[in-house]
Parts: sequence; structure tokens; C-alpha cells
Amino acid sequence: MTTTGVNNGVNVQALLDAREVLKGAPEAAQFTWRASCKWENGTHSKTKIQSFFGLGQEQNHKTETSLGADHPEIFASEDHAITPIEYVLVGLASCLTAGVAAVAQNRGIQLRSVESKLEGKMDIRGILGIDTDVRNGYDDIKVTFKIDADASKDQIEALVAQSQKRSAVYDVITNPVNVTVQVV
Amino acid sequence: MGLAASRHLNARSIDHVVLERGEIANSWRRERWDSLRLLTPNWQSRLPGFHYEGADPDGYMTMREVIDFISRFAAVSDVPVRTNTTVTCVRRTDTGYDVTTTNGNLRCRAVVLASGACNVPSVPSLCQAVPPSIQSFTPFSYRNPNDLPEGGVLIVGASATGVQLADEIRRSGRSVTLSVGEHVRLPRTYRGRDVLWWMDRSGVWDQRYDEIDDVTRVRRLPSPQLIGTPQRTTLDLNALGSAGVEIIGRLAAVRDGQALFSGGLRNQFALADLKMNRLLGTFDEWARSHERDAEVDPPERFEPTHAPASSRLKIDLRNGELRSIVWATGFRPDYRWLDVPVIDDKGHLRHDGGVVEAPGLYALGLPVLRRRKSTFIYGADDDAREVIDHLGHYLATLVKGRS
Repeated sequence: MTTTGVNNGVNVQALLDAREVLKGAPEAAQFTWRASCKWENGTHSKTKIQSFFGLGQEQNHKTETSLGADHPEIFASEDHAITPIEYVLVGLASCLTAGVAAVAQNRGIQLRSVESKLEGKMDIRGILGIDTDVRNGYDDIKVTFKIDADASKDQIEALVAQSQKRSAVYDVITNPVNVTVQVV
Repeated sequence: MGLAASRHLNARSIDHVVLERGEIANSWRRERWDSLRLLTPNWQSRLPGFHYEGADPDGYMTMREVIDFISRFAAVSDVPVRTNTTVTCVRRTDTGYDVTTTNGNLRCRAVVLASGACNVPSVPSLCQAVPPSIQSFTPFSYRNPNDLPEGGVLIVGASATGVQLADEIRRSGRSVTLSVGEHVRLPRTYRGRDVLWWMDRSGVWDQRYDEIDDVTRVRRLPSPQLIGTPQRTTLDLNALGSAGVEIIGRLAAVRDGQALFSGGLRNQFALADLKMNRLLGTFDEWARSHERDAEVDPPERFEPTHAPASSRLKIDLRNGELRSIVWATGFRPDYRWLDVPVIDDKGHLRHDGGVVEAPGLYALGLPVLRRRKSTFIYGADDDAREVIDHLGHYLATLVKGRS
């Protein structure tokens, strides 16, 4: 489904082709994403990401990415990097944005700009153990998109709705997932 | 569906028999809750050569009326029905099919699977983690609110079934929580006409399976949030919210006695509202381009679905708040008796518009089998005619092949 003239830089045809192929090959659709983290000092850590598994074999990003995480000075930390909970916003924003671009390409909508602001509300009495009724993480996340595109308001809202419907990060935030943490 | 097929087989003088596990209209007699009425208005109750002739064309039939309607159709259509005959096995042979039943065996050249899509309530496997102190119901086991224990009720699923049961159970005085995933919102009436009048006249309902972009997805859609009442009321999530039903996200997991619900409720609302408005836009466009605006009311748009400021993500299933769960999570066909390799790994029949992969095997009454209206009584005639047409040609080629 190539739409003449519209180019959001997403190769939708390749995605649609992959979808067809993977329909008959569910085992190739099994991916594992990985990260390796190392403590630096205090609340500062560094996480490296390069390899992953998918399409039945080991895969590699073109380059290794190293991301630092820390806490801000008001938490008596050195603030070498953003906090881990802010990475959740990074994941959500970038996942939804990629989705908007892909869906727009598939629907023949030319995007001119896609900007979003994210706010995650959190009561830190949870992580500080002050009140056990308060959860540790976000209790409310708000994403506000500002999109300039050749489309009606309803079409733009439909892009954003569809990108949530197909977003991995949105799913993993809004639905529970099994987590195993072990020591070796 | 079997009866509609029979009428077309009669018209072609094709020798056949309709096998019915119970009485005529069996599922309408035994597998429906007491208050249910058809979703389609009476004027849409038509079968091949037979239609509603009562005084209330805009009303909706009760189950008693549906049973009478179908029984009268069977009588006037001279349908060769063998009742109380359950099929236990259909097996392919060199010349056709061997059919084993509880009431003798048959050999035939062709088989039409007209048992429909709603043979068994489909309940997610996470139900196994629900503590035994909570009673589980399905649309097959539920008859009316008196069946339920006193106390809170969780209804899982917001199809026509889910919203109708949420409404009547709430009216019984119980506190009701409705878990909402993907759903199809529709007003009962639009611009003064039944929304299914619009579906029909605008041609949306006649959209063919091979014209729809992603027919696999459309075939899995839950039934639209409609109810047939004498007042022609709209029963959407806003109406349920006003009636005091608590709306929460899709049931995602049951873990350590806690039911966990999705936080993605707002987007489910957005998707359903956008889709409804797109459909209403299609109706408006049809009325305009076909110069029908004068005979209907002006275009209207409905309130967006009100999202609660925050919806609960967790309910403790052991603290006594909930006493029962109604699984309004859809139905699936039962093909255990079908010994022909035509079922995919999801349990769906592989077919092309009702023409099943095995020669001489056909299906009717499955979602969007040939058109969007395929699972409604109103859709039976067109589908049955075309499928029986194919079957007739198939039998003719067999005869030619032999001569």
C-alpha cells in the first residue's frame, strides 16, 4: 500500500510484507530484547544495549548505546543522568511517535510535525515507604500530542488512537506483565 | 440458517435433510437469557419467502416471538427437519461425507454447516485463577438476576451481551462493575431511524467479505452495543455509567486473588467513538448523495464516552466485594464433531465466503461470512442463496463427471 507523494520516512511496505511472512511463521516472530546494566557509584548506573534476538537468530544494533541513569540532587544524588522512571516516559513517547508515523504512512497522511509532551504523576511517599497504600510508580501518565498534518482533526485523533492500540510500551505500561528478578 | 438453506435447496429440488440437535429454533429456546430481544427491528425479520407481518414493524421480538416466527417459517417452507438428532461425526469419503448422528447415519454428497458461531461461550483461561468463592456465569447459564448470589457482580466484556446484562443486573439493585476492552458503540436510533435501517439502506451491511480491508479482524469484532427495547433506548457506556455501573479497563490478569485491569480504558473509548462517528459520517454522506435528507432528522453527534478521572486497576477477589462474575466474552463455534481438516490453529473454519476448503462442504451463519449482515436473521437469505447456488453447481459437476 504505497501512497503516492506521502513520505513520512516509514517503509510501510516492508512492515506489511513482514506481517504476511510472520503470519505463517510464528516462531520467527519471537523476539528477545536485552539490556546490561552496571552500577557506577551511588545511584548512578550505566546500561548498555546492543544485541537482541529475533527472526530466529541473534541480531545487533548498528552501534552499542550506553545510557546513564541517576537521581537528581534533591534526592541527595549527583544527577549524572535522568532517573529510571523518566526512561519510562522516553519509551512511551518514542513508541507512540513511531506508531503515529507508521500509521500515517499506511493511511496516506503526510506529517509535517509531531510533538508530544509527557507528564507522569507520582507520589514519592510510595518509594520512601512512608505510606504503604501509595504505589511506587506513576499513578497517572498524560501524553499530549501536537500534530501538524494533511488530515482532519478526527483523522489525527484516529492516528493517535491506533498508535496506542499497537504500541508495545503503551501495552506494557497499561497491562500487567510477569517479571522475574533473580540473582546468579 | 439451516432452515434458510433448506428453502433454497427446495427451490432447486435438491434432495436434503436438516439435522437439528433439539427442537426447531433450539438455541433460541435454550441458550438465551429471559429478557433478551432481537437486536434487529421486526421489519428486518425476514427469511426466504417469509417476513414479519405484525403490527409493530419497529419493535424487537422477544425470544418467544422469535421461536414462533422460526417455527412458522419451518412449517410453511416444508423443511425436512429431523429433530432431536445430534451430529456426532462428519467424515469425508470418496464420494462425499459420512454423517454419524444419535439418530442413525447418513451418506451425502454435500454438507452445509449451519450450526453458527455461538455454540459455546468463550471464556478466557485466566478464569481458572478466580477463587472458588466467586460464582462464574456465562450467557448460557445466566437467565435473570435472580440466578446470581446477592452482592457485587463483575461483568467481563462490553458487547451487546455485556451491556445488556450490566443494565439488567444493575436494575436488580446489585453493584455492577463492567470490564471494557475493544467494543463497538452504536446509538439505537440515528436521525430518527433505527441504526440498522441506516446499516441496511446505506449499503454498509451489504459490504462483501472480499471488499473489506482486514476481514479477519472484522470477523472477530464484538457485537455492537445495542439492545432491543420497546422504548428504542440507546444502551452505551454513558447510559450505564449514569445508571451507576462502574466502568473499568479490560481484565488483564488474575494474580494472587487480585483481578488486574488495563489502564488503557480512555483509548478504548476514543477508538469506539471515532469509529462510530466515522460510520455516522458514512450515513450522512449516503443520505446527502441519495437525496434522502428530507425524510430523516438532521445529522446529530453523540456525547463522547465519559472517561472516569481514574478507573480502578485492581479488585481483590477475596474480600467479598464481588460474589459473581459473568463472562460476556463472546462465543465460539464447536467443531469437535467435524472430522475434516478445515479448522485453523485458532479454531476457526477455513472458508471463502462459506465455501469450505473441502469439496462439497459449506458454512452459513458465521461472522461476515459473505457480508457484514451474515450473522443476522436479515442476512440469512442472501448468504443462503449464494452458498446453495455454489453447492448446486458443485453437485451438477459431480453428475457431469459421472456421465
